[in-house]
Amino acid sequence: MKLLSRRHDLVCQQVVELVTDYLEGSLSRSDRRRFEAHLRACPNCTAYLEQMRVTIATTGSLVPEDLSPEARQEFTELFHRWRQDDA
Amino acid sequence: MCVLTHERNPRAGGMPAEKRRPSRHRTGAGAPTLRSVDSDADLLARLRAGDEDAFVTLVGRYNGSLLRLARAYVPSDAVAEEAVQDTWMGVVRGVDRFEGRSSFKTWLFRILLNRARTAGVREPRSVPLTDDEPAVDPTRFTTAGAWAEPLQPWEADADDRLVASTWTTTLLQALDGLPPRQREIVVLRDVEGLPSEDVCTVLGITEGNQRVLLHRGRSKLRTMLETELATRGR
Repeated sequence: MKLLSRRHDLVCQQVVELVTDYLEGSLSRSDRRRFEAHLRACPNCTAYLEQMRVTIATTGSLVPEDLSPEARQEFTELFHRWRQDDA
Repeated sequence: MCVLTHERNPRAGGMPAEKRRPSRHRTGAGAPTLRSVDSDADLLARLRAGDEDAFVTLVGRYNGSLLRLARAYVPSDAVAEEAVQDTWMGVVRGVDRFEGRSSFKTWLFRILLNRARTAGVREPRSVPLTDDEPAVDPTRFTTAGAWAEPLQPWEADADDRLVASTWTTTLLQALDGLPPRQREIVVLRDVEGLPSEDVCTVLGITEGNQRVLLHRGRSKLRTMLETELATRGR
């Protein structure tokens, strides 16, 4: 957590560094209030937060690369060998 | 260990290779991808009963993330592949002892991390935290710290465009381009969706360190997507 000055409103450059703390719910109550107050007044930072959310969602929607047929074959053989060793 | 009832025959219908194809594309609701068809728990149950298809499906599901993580620890791709193969061996041999207290994913990544650390040379557990890695290029702000130029909101269809299959490659490359410590956190949290506490346990780091690394990794991915969206046109 960053040490924020209590006396001033947050500026955009600080807000972008607090986005993850905000999304993780780790801002103190007063810092969260200041963060949200800034968002209400700042369409740019509101857009930025939305972009971060889209980024996270996009990363989360990655579909695993397909195994190559050779890899499938190899893992199938390994599977049987490992189970045999076990028995 | 044949106490399981097979509600579905894994081989019914055949053609597993062809059926995998459409799963690359994340289509809307109602079009299940392979990933959503069988839960990990289902596959584990079938794996215990000796079902090779269930095993290979699990491998297909997690091998990419395992490799991505292993590479953060070991000097070469070959060693990473070895560590990942060792991990799958650990799964096959340990599945009867897996009690399900943690999720399969957490168990799996814990095995990997143990193997990778044994095989690896890098072990920087303490993360040097400096402020020289801003989330956004400082030149985009005025001296007073406000955005110098209005930020282009991503249009409503940005989501759709971003999840389109063409983005997969770009995003995976960006992920592989992240510094190793950031990459492992982003893979575990955002790609695999592990809870924060599990990630801290598996990696042996504090919540604070995790947040810093997650922040830097996500910020870089956002920058990359922003650049791509601008390049490809709106």
